[in-house]
Amino acid sequence: MKLVELASTIRSKNAGVDHITFDIICRERHNFERVRDSGVLNRASVARLFGIEEARVTDFVVFEPAQAIKFTIRRLRPSGCKGETDMFGSQQYAPLFDVEIP
Amino acid sequence: MKGGRRAMKPFRVLCPTGHLSFTPLEKGSFLLACGYGPDAIAADAGSCDMGPRPLGADEHVSLEAWQRHDLEVMLLQSRRLGIPMIVGSASDTGTDRGVDQFVALVRDIAKEHRLPPFRLAAIYSEVPVEELKRRLLRRERIEGLCGRPDAGLSILERTDRAVAVMDAEPMRQALAAGADVIIAGRSSDCAIFAAPLLHAGHDPANSYFLGKLMECASFCAEPYMAKESVMGWIDEGAVYVRAMHPDQRCTPLSVASHAMYERPNPYFEHVAGGCVDMTDCVYEQVDDKTTRVRGARFVTSPTYRMKIEGAGFVGHRRIAIVGIRDPDTIRLIDQAVAWARDKVAERFGPDGNSYRLHYHLYGRDGIMGPMEPRPVAAPQELCVVVESVSRDPQVAFEACALGSRNLFYARLPALKGTAGAAAMMSDEILIGEPGYEWTLNHVVMVSGPGDLVRTRHHRIADGAAWGIAR
Repeated sequence: MKLVELASTIRSKNAGVDHITFDIICRERHNFERVRDSGVLNRASVARLFGIEEARVTDFVVFEPAQAIKFTIRRLRPSGCKGETDMFGSQQYAPLFDVEIP
Repeated sequence: MKGGRRAMKPFRVLCPTGHLSFTPLEKGSFLLACGYGPDAIAADAGSCDMGPRPLGADEHVSLEAWQRHDLEVMLLQSRRLGIPMIVGSASDTGTDRGVDQFVALVRDIAKEHRLPPFRLAAIYSEVPVEELKRRLLRRERIEGLCGRPDAGLSILERTDRAVAVMDAEPMRQALAAGADVIIAGRSSDCAIFAAPLLHAGHDPANSYFLGKLMECASFCAEPYMAKESVMGWIDEGAVYVRAMHPDQRCTPLSVASHAMYERPNPYFEHVAGGCVDMTDCVYEQVDDKTTRVRGARFVTSPTYRMKIEGAGFVGHRRIAIVGIRDPDTIRLIDQAVAWARDKVAERFGPDGNSYRLHYHLYGRDGIMGPMEPRPVAAPQELCVVVESVSRDPQVAFEACALGSRNLFYARLPALKGTAGAAAMMSDEILIGEPGYEWTLNHVVMVSGPGDLVRTRHHRIADGAAWGIAR
């Protein structure tokens, strides 16, 4: 099943001026456990998905209270600097939709 | 607990908006909430989200009419109820200009409504770049955050304006000195709410943690609504947040989701004097609209470090918009861009000398750039936004004009359309707002909360602010 069908929220947003953070939240407990336990999402796989070095994934956390998986990517340029394409970092999450969760 | 107050109901803090005046706050749930006996009204007025320009240029992005609206709504209730009002990160960036502007607005509103006299504390935290240079000369570290290198003279030379981010202590001290209204410069969001809670005798762990949950107002509730009020309080070692809009609820999921919002890591919130550790927090529903959270801890840091945000001017910006429909041009767009870049380089030398050019290819990877896993190879239409930046406005203009018009003249193999390889929406070069960069996201060691912070006490009466000598 695709991640977009299991998660109730998939979002990205600036976390300070040097990072973009991604939140994947599942309203249903069993969906969260399925995503979490599949192990499909991890530092290496999200780095691969976005075509970046794993070292740029600064945080990867399973956050139980929110039934969420959260990871954070270091920006190449701080937010709002010349050549910016997404000032709030709020449209970077779409590629996560199609991640296949067994 | 101080003064036996705990025999009464818990101290309640009301937050009407997550970013004061970015758009006007929703008055309905705020006035409703004012009927539930709040003990303080607090709101954050700033953000880094709008990029480095507002700080660097020392401008506000919120309209003054909206700033006045939100301050007026809050001030009238604060004075009617006789409870403190605290606004942090005044006027979007929390510079000294922002504090002065908000103080002037409060004074005008007080005059217009003939409010009885009250005491206002203006707390400033702008840091002159010269002060940072002096620190460097004294061999004090300006330590980089988020993987940035420590700041040296060259970074400071590129900085036009800097602010220090205060914790709750200067605001708590102002309340202790009798302030009814606080207008503060750049502040940690959570500190604006922690200050009245600390002043009421609560511990830093729960005070800062509750501030963290409340700072974006109704973003911690569901369903999604912005600018609606939430109420928070601390009772018997736990924090409570309650949605005040009739159709919103604070649930463990909505509150926990917000606890991790806009932050690299959901477990730690750093402020100048220490760090809130949320690792062991437990979220529970207590009634339909209220969630309780236990387990926050506060780790006092052995040294007092303040975050410094700084921004500097990079150059003038010009923008052109070009559309492409020819499938051959679209297929060969990288060649067309390279052609146009070469033409600019023939005139001004390589990109990076006196100018920078950016091509945003909307329809292919204009939003995600190199992080786009699936750039579209052959969209039907492509929108190219050409953006130039230069310290010389004439160079910015020419680079943008050459860089966009030469997409029209690009020499591509086997091009069928030989009357122009691109469509101009209009042949004009748009003037963008000047470009700035975040030069500082650093911390400096300070001797204490007051080191980079100055407080001025005023008595607001008959619309005039009278400085109180201290």
